[in-house]
Amino acid sequence: MEIGPIWRAMLKNKAGFVLIALQIAVTMTIMVNAIGIMQERANNIGRPSGMDEANTFALSSTLFIEYEDDQRKALIDEDLTAIRAVPGVRNVVATNSFPLRQGGWSMGLQLEPGNQSTDSVGTAIYFVDEHGAETFDAKIIDGQNFAPNQVAWDNPEDNTWPAIGIITEALAEEMFPDETGSVVGKTVYINDNDPVNIIGIVDQLQAPWEGWTGVERSMLVPERRISSFQRYVIRTEPGYRDELMPQIEEMLAARNKDRLIRGLTTMEDVRKLAYLGDSAMIKILTFVVGLLTIITGLGIVGLASFNVSRRTRQIGIRRALGATKPAIVRYFMLENLIVSTIGLVIGGVLAVALNIAMVEAFALEPLSWYVIPAAMVGLWIVGQAAVAGPARRASNISPAIATRSS
Amino acid sequence: MFRYYLKLGVLSIRANPALSALMVAAIAIGIGACMTMATVRHVMSDNPVAHKNDVLFHVQVDSWNPDDPYDEPNEPPEQLTYIDAKALHTANRAFRQIISIKTGRVIQPEGEDVRPFQQEARATTADFFQMFDVPFRYGSGWDKSADDAEEFVVVLSTSLNEKLFGGVDSVGEMLTINTQAYRVVGVLGDWHPVPKFYDLNNNPYEGPEEMFIPFTVAISGEFGNNGNTNCWKPVPDGGYDAFLNSECVWVQMWVELRDASEKATYLQFLDSYVEEQKTLGRFARPMNNRLSTPQEWLVNREVVDDMVDVLLSLAVLFLLVCLLNTIGLLLAKVMRRTNDISLRRALGASKSELFKQYIVEAGMIGVAGGVAGIGMTWLGLRGIENVFSEYDFIAYLVRMDWSMIMLAVLLAIVSALAAALYPTWRACSVSPATTLRIQ
Repeated sequence: MEIGPIWRAMLKNKAGFVLIALQIAVTMTIMVNAIGIMQERANNIGRPSGMDEANTFALSSTLFIEYEDDQRKALIDEDLTAIRAVPGVRNVVATNSFPLRQGGWSMGLQLEPGNQSTDSVGTAIYFVDEHGAETFDAKIIDGQNFAPNQVAWDNPEDNTWPAIGIITEALAEEMFPDETGSVVGKTVYINDNDPVNIIGIVDQLQAPWEGWTGVERSMLVPERRISSFQRYVIRTEPGYRDELMPQIEEMLAARNKDRLIRGLTTMEDVRKLAYLGDSAMIKILTFVVGLLTIITGLGIVGLASFNVSRRTRQIGIRRALGATKPAIVRYFMLENLIVSTIGLVIGGVLAVALNIAMVEAFALEPLSWYVIPAAMVGLWIVGQAAVAGPARRASNISPAIATRSS
Repeated sequence: MFRYYLKLGVLSIRANPALSALMVAAIAIGIGACMTMATVRHVMSDNPVAHKNDVLFHVQVDSWNPDDPYDEPNEPPEQLTYIDAKALHTANRAFRQIISIKTGRVIQPEGEDVRPFQQEARATTADFFQMFDVPFRYGSGWDKSADDAEEFVVVLSTSLNEKLFGGVDSVGEMLTINTQAYRVVGVLGDWHPVPKFYDLNNNPYEGPEEMFIPFTVAISGEFGNNGNTNCWKPVPDGGYDAFLNSECVWVQMWVELRDASEKATYLQFLDSYVEEQKTLGRFARPMNNRLSTPQEWLVNREVVDDMVDVLLSLAVLFLLVCLLNTIGLLLAKVMRRTNDISLRRALGASKSELFKQYIVEAGMIGVAGGVAGIGMTWLGLRGIENVFSEYDFIAYLVRMDWSMIMLAVLLAIVSALAAALYPTWRACSVSPATTLRIQ
């Protein structure tokens, strides 16, 4: 209804409105891309590792006195038995790594033997015994767990791999994409030529590297390492973790003085550290978006106030000629709506362009489409809220102003 | 006249305190956002051995899988096999040369009340300290004869010496490491290269190891490798010896070559070494030897996290928003003062005088914004430090230096002047008569 006159009035003072429209456009560009990145990061953080994280902790044992292999084996066995005997411990496993730890062992699996590294599928390797699946809370959904007699000590002089393995469902799907039936019983090859018979499938167990595209691919290998360094992962009954952590650390340290017990950490802290970059990015971007909105909002307030005071006489005249207070408010609100809309349309285009450039340059994920309309609505509201104050002040200008000379 | 314009500027700024504050704040925040990310990027991409950049070279040879490059498109592995590292180091063809790995040891201090503790260590060769200009507080590094004789000698960092010997000159003292007695030969001065240019694997910002031991000692003691080990071929049976003779890459090598001719000679030497190995059935890939300066190596390994660049580009856009904001506000101010301006014009002020007046006013806002921007940058860096507080190396990445402070002020003034240009031009183009006519 009043858009025509408002538009023509705006054309008289193009520069001011072009500037505010551009400011809104660039604000929109930053906001949309920041939200896109935050979404991507939040999705990462939300992924479960497959472990019973609330009730699991880990520590390591480093021997610094030379031990014979038999002494090392005995120490590991005694440690595990002692830990398992502590009331409240559900299970324990000596392993090389665990999900989210950032460091670990990876190998390529292939369907045919021979050196054909290009066709192999990468997977994380966890060396475990028959207690591995339960400690990692990896549920066996097909096939079976390792039997105790299938788990062997590794032989440092022999680099052949054990002939059986348990893999995650995600790894099974990656290796056998066309298989509709069970993958259990199939053979894959590791280390080029060593056959591995898949005896079980677990629902989920992430690899140690949370930033890896194959993070859901891992394999349990029934082998126990005799090295002087051992990593124990301990799963407790619900609620026992905090009480057992110092207790077990103390017990292990007291049992043998020829080694260091280090790296005591809960899975919750491991997760925090693994996703520190993601959560920091979310915090920084939230702050940036908030600050940006405030600055743009204040800019709109400032400009609108200027416009109101510059047009005091005109507003007075309009009031004197019969315009109601709501009509004056509506005028400024509509004016802001027009500028915002122009800015937001330009901003939408710029946002998509920047996103395409960033996806190209930094391997980000493309935006979800709905972020754009959501940001538009958000910034419309910000603009209207910002202009409401000055508009109300404008509506309070007395019609008598018109009779005064400036 | 300039002082008069300063006075006018102050009056004008004080006439609209809220708006002036908003303009200063907008510039300060925009500068703060940009400079925070620029500082982090500046530190991350720093070259700690820039003064020796033209004489230090990281060595690569392509011993990788014949069917498959180490990295696309045709990158040689970043590390060497033990066979090649040993052979190239023993050949002794460069002015200085080092091979090294990261390892971990357990230190057993004297006395019952101090518990043994784990310590990351660098196993390297004698030239390391002179080659990288590592400062010493006490003593020195070891010499080549110690490498050859596999002597149990150790160099400690200042902080480790503080922890073990209370900071006194410990040269000649004995230290028990994994039950073996080592003789302390040197204590380093303050040395914290960021990034850790000589080994960019794992974490380039973690700072140097606190303990240095001869490479030969680590090999004969079969110390584990705490860095990366990459293999394209299965390791044959036979324990540690088989691993040493395998095609796995895990050793880093650097050489110092004093001029272009030494470099050319060394490249020839690498070529002839690879040719010789080819006759032995190794190195099936095409010749692809590399000597990279520290700067080239830092760029090649992309030590700057992509996220820093993403945030920096968003911060630049943020500054743009702040500038558009300031331009809009300055313009509105000018438009409201058309009365003043045309009066001054009518009384004889030339366009150039008006231009000076408004530029001075904008410049004042710019300087205020710049100074506040330095404060904002400091706050921004504290914020970054805070959200990354679990990283123990973060403090080294959030340091402001003078070059960054100067850049902040410069950026602020340039921004404010750029913002002032259009509004000032509009002010100058107000004709002398308009307002007077209405009045």
